[in-house]
Amino acid sequence: MRSLLTILFSLVALVVSAGIIEVGKDKNTKSLKLGVSLAKSGDTIMLYPGLYREGNIVISKQIQLIGVGNPVLDGELKHEMLTITGHNIVVKGITFRNAGYSSFNDYAAIKIIDAGNVRVEDNNIINSSFAIHIANSTESIIRGNTIRGNNKSEHSSGNGIHLWKCSGMLVENNSIEGHRDGIYFEFVTFSNIVKNRSEKNIRYGLHFMFSNDDNYQDNIFRNNGAGVAVMFSKKVTMTRNHFEENWGAAAYGILLKEIKEGTIRQNTFVKNTVGIFMEGSSRLNIEKNVFMNNGWAVKVQASCDENTFNFNNFYGNSFDVSTNGTMTLNKFSGNYWDKYEGYDLDRNGVGDVPFHPVSMYGMIIEQNPTTLILLRSFMVSLLDKAEKAIPSLTPENLIDDKPMIKPHRL
Amino acid sequence: MLKLTRYVLYDIIRSRVVLAYAVFLLLVSFSLFQLEENHSKAILSLLNIVLIVVPLISMIFTTIHYYNSYEFIELMLSQPLSRTRILLSEYAGVAISMIAAFLLGVGVPVLVYSPDPTGITLIFTGAGLTLVFTSIAFLASVKARDKARGIGSVLLLWFYFSLIYDGLVMLILFAFSDYPMEKFTLLLAALNPVDLGRISIMLKLDVSALMGYTGALYKDFFGSNTGVLFTSAMMLVWTAIPLWTALVIFQKKDM
Repeated sequence: MRSLLTILFSLVALVVSAGIIEVGKDKNTKSLKLGVSLAKSGDTIMLYPGLYREGNIVISKQIQLIGVGNPVLDGELKHEMLTITGHNIVVKGITFRNAGYSSFNDYAAIKIIDAGNVRVEDNNIINSSFAIHIANSTESIIRGNTIRGNNKSEHSSGNGIHLWKCSGMLVENNSIEGHRDGIYFEFVTFSNIVKNRSEKNIRYGLHFMFSNDDNYQDNIFRNNGAGVAVMFSKKVTMTRNHFEENWGAAAYGILLKEIKEGTIRQNTFVKNTVGIFMEGSSRLNIEKNVFMNNGWAVKVQASCDENTFNFNNFYGNSFDVSTNGTMTLNKFSGNYWDKYEGYDLDRNGVGDVPFHPVSMYGMIIEQNPTTLILLRSFMVSLLDKAEKAIPSLTPENLIDDKPMIKPHRL
Repeated sequence: MLKLTRYVLYDIIRSRVVLAYAVFLLLVSFSLFQLEENHSKAILSLLNIVLIVVPLISMIFTTIHYYNSYEFIELMLSQPLSRTRILLSEYAGVAISMIAAFLLGVGVPVLVYSPDPTGITLIFTGAGLTLVFTSIAFLASVKARDKARGIGSVLLLWFYFSLIYDGLVMLILFAFSDYPMEKFTLLLAALNPVDLGRISIMLKLDVSALMGYTGALYKDFFGSNTGVLFTSAMMLVWTAIPLWTALVIFQKKDM
């Protein structure tokens, strides 16, 4: 009891020493700008409900800016609202709307630059070109924000959460809609993207470049203009994400370009035009994923090598695997294919004849896309059957040597 | 005319072939839905039945029925009835019984197990194909006096529509692959009722694949309201023109 009291007292003492500045229409401090300038390092600013139109506010001290009862900051489509630079800063529970747009500067609702240990939590950001723009920062947390963009054209719209040259960041539980790219990573290392939901963005749900040693898991990327792109990165781990309904001529569940040594595990790809598109990627482990009702589950270009596809389930895809060459440098083993028609005499759950996941018609389409009009015609299925019996056009060695009879329970 | 159609229908039902066809379809459809855990896979197998078996049976049954009721037709011709009327009643009788058998055999299981847009499209496509191929078979059998020749030509026509035509399309697409062939392909598809039916179901089954580069054009065209109207109109044309030609030939024919 005594120790508890001691803790309580010391906490109170801490709060008192930290100091609280209340900003609100009926408080002493009416303006947030004034509040920020009055605050000393370690202070907390409580922002009470109201509409604040104060242009750009720069926070460079160690302060906590906490919204009480959803105060609104309005940028009047002219200003960048918050610029944060420094360490140990918290922004929480505030609605930002109408940030400015400029074709010269990347104005954002919240811009974090040259900072460390910043927490941006539970904010609402509405109608901004860039919502949260982070540059040259480390060890910060972006969590629980709801971001709704104005969904204009690709060039006049910005990214939902934009990170450039950061390290050790955590982007968690955010929901992003209607921006150019939902989440944008460039030169970001050792960071996690967890449980976010990125939908209906004009370009990519997640755009990922030159970012090594990152991990993204449990995210949902749905109905984005071009799906998710992961490019020029090493050691990226992607786990338990959902990639759904990314439809279009250049839309992919994931576009992998020049990716090395990554892992793609336990993800679900549903109803994408292309589930995974791989180009120039090597040493990736793709395992235990579910590919369902995609146009093409996996497109592996001939420039990929040493990738392994193990224990995945393929159901109801128009085409399971397609490729543009005959050389096979990737390995498929132990996957379940719903198109497999072999048998299992020794009843060990593994089919006795190898499965050729690339169909003849898949190769034909690759050469002459117009023939898509013949999809599911009697002639095409005859061609596929003939090709299965005597392979001539399809890559002979692209086989799954251990096709499963029953789907994996994942 | 209604009376005549009724007699034709009685006659067809008495022969039990249509009943056997309906039971066959029913058995196949139910077993497909039972076997496949995934209903969309069963629909896929049913699609093959609708595109291959339905035209074949419709055509063969129509031809055999026509030649078998040749004497009945001759008898009717001796009555004060117009030839158009007699042939149309025959057509109506055959088409109604075939469609009824199809709806019972495929329509009921599909409505029970998978009453979604894909299933409904499948039912409509099957019914449309039945109408079209009954009409084409009438043309073939009115044209050929000999039974063997009639059935032979019908089989050839079936082979052409379900296999050779697609081969030709592929040949053309490869021969002219340097040219933009997308719009022309739409035309090619419209010239074969089986392709029209296949595409309208494909639009529901393979949406994701169709959203790709060329597929999007097909989807935009066939998936729009205009496309649906176009497909239905083309199916009607495919029913009307052979039937009308058959009528013209039948009217001038020396029985």
